[in-house]
Amino acid sequence: MIAINKKYSDPRDISGCGLVGFINRDGRCVDGSHIIKSLCLMKERGNGLGAGFAAYGIYPDMAGYYALHLMMDYADVKPNAERVIFKFFTVHREEEIPTRSNPYIKNPPLFWRYFVEPRKEQLLVEEGDDDLVVRAVMEINNNVSGACVISSGKNMGSFKGVGEPADIADFFMIENYRAYIWMGHTRFPTNTPGWWGGAHPFTILDWAIVHNGEITSYGTNRAFLEMYGYKCTLLTDTEVVAYALDFLLRKHKIPLRAAFYALASPFWKDIDIESSENREFAEALKAIRIQYAPLLLNGPFAILFGWKNGLVGFNDRIKLRPLFAGEKDETLYMASEEATIREICEKPDRLWMPRAGEPVIGMIKEGVENWR
Amino acid sequence: MEIDAASVHYRDLNEEINRVIKEGVKHIVLRNVNGQRYIGAGLQGADIKIDIYGVPGNDMAVFMDGPAIEVFDNAQDGVGNTMNAGNIYIHGHAGDVCGYGMRGGKLFVLGDVGYRVGIHMKAYMGKIPILVVGGTAGHFLGEYMAGGIIILLGLERRPGQPIAGDYLGTGMHGGTIFVRGEVDNRRVGKEVGIEKPDDAEYEILKREISEFARIFHINGDEILSAPFVKLYPKTHRPYGPMYNSRWNWQRGG
Repeated sequence: MIAINKKYSDPRDISGCGLVGFINRDGRCVDGSHIIKSLCLMKERGNGLGAGFAAYGIYPDMAGYYALHLMMDYADVKPNAERVIFKFFTVHREEEIPTRSNPYIKNPPLFWRYFVEPRKEQLLVEEGDDDLVVRAVMEINNNVSGACVISSGKNMGSFKGVGEPADIADFFMIENYRAYIWMGHTRFPTNTPGWWGGAHPFTILDWAIVHNGEITSYGTNRAFLEMYGYKCTLLTDTEVVAYALDFLLRKHKIPLRAAFYALASPFWKDIDIESSENREFAEALKAIRIQYAPLLLNGPFAILFGWKNGLVGFNDRIKLRPLFAGEKDETLYMASEEATIREICEKPDRLWMPRAGEPVIGMIKEGVENWR
Repeated sequence: MEIDAASVHYRDLNEEINRVIKEGVKHIVLRNVNGQRYIGAGLQGADIKIDIYGVPGNDMAVFMDGPAIEVFDNAQDGVGNTMNAGNIYIHGHAGDVCGYGMRGGKLFVLGDVGYRVGIHMKAYMGKIPILVVGGTAGHFLGEYMAGGIIILLGLERRPGQPIAGDYLGTGMHGGTIFVRGEVDNRRVGKEVGIEKPDDAEYEILKREISEFARIFHINGDEILSAPFVKLYPKTHRPYGPMYNSRWNWQRGG
């Protein structure tokens, strides 16, 4: 064997985004080193203009409170954002999100986190806590110049910015967090700006999305969601997917699979074929397609979608972006490339290429509560 | 010669491969490969063999012109992209867009392949690319195929798993796709005709499948004992009339 001189440390190649995520279905928490290691293997899929992580289970001692991660252009913005936060919430703890200076992270924004409880007197008629959080996040993102909430779920958080995966991980000290679901993304912005808010994941409540591709139906999706109070302010197409899933799963409470059949509906020709085999199912598919037509996602995409109980990967209907899955014991992995999974999973039990439009679903096992 | 590729960046690895080949090394064994892209890119020399242990990254053997690469694991997307000559043997599965624009040589995959495999393969005189897939294929196999041969075997399928996805051979205007067993008519592009292979074509199948079986140590006779269908382009210019009418040209062939 010969040793190799490692000369290329900072190459830039043209490529597409890279994504990776895994879920420990038994609720076991692991530190951030695994997701960093796997994501960094796909460095070439991004170009240094965005990377980020989502992690579930990271705030066990504050698990009962919504954790708001606030990103601010500069410190003067803070009182303006806090006016909204204090109006809607009782703040139980607040602190600067720990960061480490990294030579490649230039002019980072300020990151602060608040563990909050909705103030009941702020609830509108028929509004629940979750609705209030969504309303507060929309108000900050839309009305407070220079501030946005990049994460607002319980016992989870999103960390993202402009940089290579290794540098963003280093900046946020991702290795110090312990989670039972991890998601990572490296970005190659194509038609929207490479700015801190535009890095993935995109989140609302504890729904988090990482995405490779383009949502060409963004305008239609956005127009529909705005009627329901969702304001798209982060200048990136992926944002609509987070709001669409919040709308379908939380507001309309439709079953998980049905939500993915709304976003990536089977083609009419396939529904017709299904009709001859399983008429009832075909009718349901038809109804979903018609009812939620404005939420149909067009364009090429591979998406990972996480929430406190699970992780789902899904593709556009003709698989225009790569997605790969693997499984070992209680852990389900999904990524843009097989090597990304193999990097952190020795001797997997199963490795497969998911079919287009067929979601891969990993759920926390029933009865598992120790991740709280 | 053995090279340990563990945690080595793809550019370092490929530079090293090129360097040792320049020094006259003919057989290279790569250990601990994981995700390194472009292995064997543009490599020339029919007497060169590379054995890969681990999962090579995207675009393996892109533009390759002569060497043989054997992968004893799975491969990712874009294997043999626009390759000109040489042999690639993959003992596991391979990802999307394998054999894209292939213009010569052989690509054998024992397992399944992903979407858009063998799209726009082409042939010229004696150069006929051959792609053999032991498992199943995703949508768009042989899309816009202009030449060459694809053989799809569909071995070891799960019950109900189709041998090929939709849009099989869509836009095909040259070359031949052989499928072992039956193909569902609705999955096949409108430009494609389906019939039984003739004797000469069975000879080709026999030759390629025997070689495929020898390389992967499986039973070739058993594979050949099942019937095959042949998919061929009905016309060499499937979209010709569309453009002709748009530009008010006379209808061509």
